[in-house]
Amino acid sequence: MLAFIIRRLAQSVLVMLVVALIAFAVFRYVGDPIASMVGVDTRLADQEIMRERLGLNDPVVVQFLRFIGNALQGEFGISYRLQQPVTELILSRLPATIELAFASAMIALIFGVGLGVFTALKPRSPASALVMALSLIGVSLPTFLIGIGLIYIFSVELGWLPSFGRGQVVDLGWWRTGLLTESGLKSLILPAITLSLFQLTLIMRLVRSEMLEVLRTEYIRFARARGLSQRAINFGHALKNTLVPVITITGLQLGSVIAFAIVTETVFQWPGVGSLFINSVQVVDVPVMAAYLMFIALVFVVINLIVDILYYVVDPRLRVGG
Amino acid sequence: MADPILSVRDLTVEFPTRHGILTALSGVSFDIMPGEVLGVVGESGAGKSMTGSAVIGLIDRPGRIAKGEIHLQGERIDNLPEERMRGVRGKRIGMIFQDPLTSLNPLYRISEQIVETIRTHLPLSKEAARAKAVGLLDRVGIPDAARRIDDYPHQFSGGMRQRVVIALALCAEPDLVIADEPTTALDVSVQAQIIDVMKELCAETGAAIMLITHDMGVIAETADRVAVMYAGRIAEIGPVRAVIKDAKHPYSAGLMGAIPRMSADLERLVQIPGAMPRLSAIPPGCPFNPRCPHVFDRCLTHRPAASEIEPGRRVACWLYPGVQEA
Repeated sequence: MLAFIIRRLAQSVLVMLVVALIAFAVFRYVGDPIASMVGVDTRLADQEIMRERLGLNDPVVVQFLRFIGNALQGEFGISYRLQQPVTELILSRLPATIELAFASAMIALIFGVGLGVFTALKPRSPASALVMALSLIGVSLPTFLIGIGLIYIFSVELGWLPSFGRGQVVDLGWWRTGLLTESGLKSLILPAITLSLFQLTLIMRLVRSEMLEVLRTEYIRFARARGLSQRAINFGHALKNTLVPVITITGLQLGSVIAFAIVTETVFQWPGVGSLFINSVQVVDVPVMAAYLMFIALVFVVINLIVDILYYVVDPRLRVGG
Repeated sequence: MADPILSVRDLTVEFPTRHGILTALSGVSFDIMPGEVLGVVGESGAGKSMTGSAVIGLIDRPGRIAKGEIHLQGERIDNLPEERMRGVRGKRIGMIFQDPLTSLNPLYRISEQIVETIRTHLPLSKEAARAKAVGLLDRVGIPDAARRIDDYPHQFSGGMRQRVVIALALCAEPDLVIADEPTTALDVSVQAQIIDVMKELCAETGAAIMLITHDMGVIAETADRVAVMYAGRIAEIGPVRAVIKDAKHPYSAGLMGAIPRMSADLERLVQIPGAMPRLSAIPPGCPFNPRCPHVFDRCLTHRPAASEIEPGRRVACWLYPGVQEA
């Protein structure tokens, strides 16, 4: 187990280094950093001095190592557009994105697993057929369309929920949360549903097909033949055996939820990391883009690590011999 | 004579399909006495396992019992509501499946699976159930049971796992054990041990066994009586010695001829020509008629029912007087 974690950690570090190289390449070679920072009327000699002072004339390897060193200390330079340290920018936007991603992951998990189990246990009921048909819509409709549709129904027509922004937030010092105010919670509902819908249908369909598969196995038949209760069989014996693939997909999807909240954040003008990224792309704010790239890679690497460890917790067959 | 523990009468199981109704079992009747071992033999698809599934009420959808009755200790069980049937399964009828590698849930410890089953049927505390489980595992021959009980199924070999399965099937001390090909998936070297363990334990608790297998050798050594099945029907049923020595039905005679014997000087084992008909294409008359060496006119048009030709022996064959039409 420990050896396994160490091996995975080493792999994660390698992945992060590769991503860092790409981020560094973007940072260093997409456009000229000096040209982006100074005005058109700065003299060439001054530009040269700046270039020397920022170390841009050093060998590439030295610059890359410096980039990594800075990254390790959470230092990604100054945003061209907003003239603030990039790390500060991202951290200030992060709570919004994490709250949104977490809320939608919860919605997706709870309803995905619940509906998946239901449709697997009652495959013949009309309710299951309805859920399955609706899930097709969830899988095939693009996120922005769902978002706009929800805004149209619940904000424009019914006027129940706000259509944009985060509502009132409470500052906890290191975390600005929207979960403690009514307007914050109300604002969260539509974007969270929008972002969760695709994952929800995906998890539901996965749980359903895995569950149907497991219910046909011999050990479920044997459990029936021993007179165990339906409940113990369905939720104790069957559901647990569907969990490994579900954990994999949910984990990867959680990464995607954070990474691709961009569309949802744009539709709802949600002040998160995704909208920060979109705004930065529009003006080629390279330091922000590079840092965002590193951040998303880190999210994926960490989630993958957690998923791998969870396998071990769920499935004893993986534990021996590691 | 004592009352039978299990009494099956005219059991008929049907599967509605797109191409009409398939009859998987037709007019199957037999009794099992307390403590008796009834062997059920036949080729694949003869309806042996289907009979076992019907008794314990686990026929796969869309199959259903179309006709007939099943009585357990005098109580009719084929039409019990699911909740009541649950109390029968495991508690009064135990079932052992063919493949020990797939019968155990891979994600739970052996202890968890046995304790769960014991506590479903008996009012025991966790500790008492666990103690009982250790005792059971010890009885089925698992060395160092107290320690190994907390292992997972994948940490046991096939033979050991089948012992665990037996312990699970017997943990609530059922009166009847249905063993569906309990040794087919195992090494020949451990087959005899598993059968012995099962027989011993059942003899201790007085449980009757319905032993489903296609291995006549196992039947010969284990069973008191044997039912030979063919195409969803009982071809012949009687005391095991009598059937082996003097099989009445041409099909059972063929099966007995296929038992390898050390003493016989035969060059080759006898085989029955042809194959069992598919359920959708059972011929009119006696289902065995295309393969029967003694076939005559009546066999082609009239279907024989398993009828008593001697005390304790029933045969479904027109060769014998007194056989009724099905």
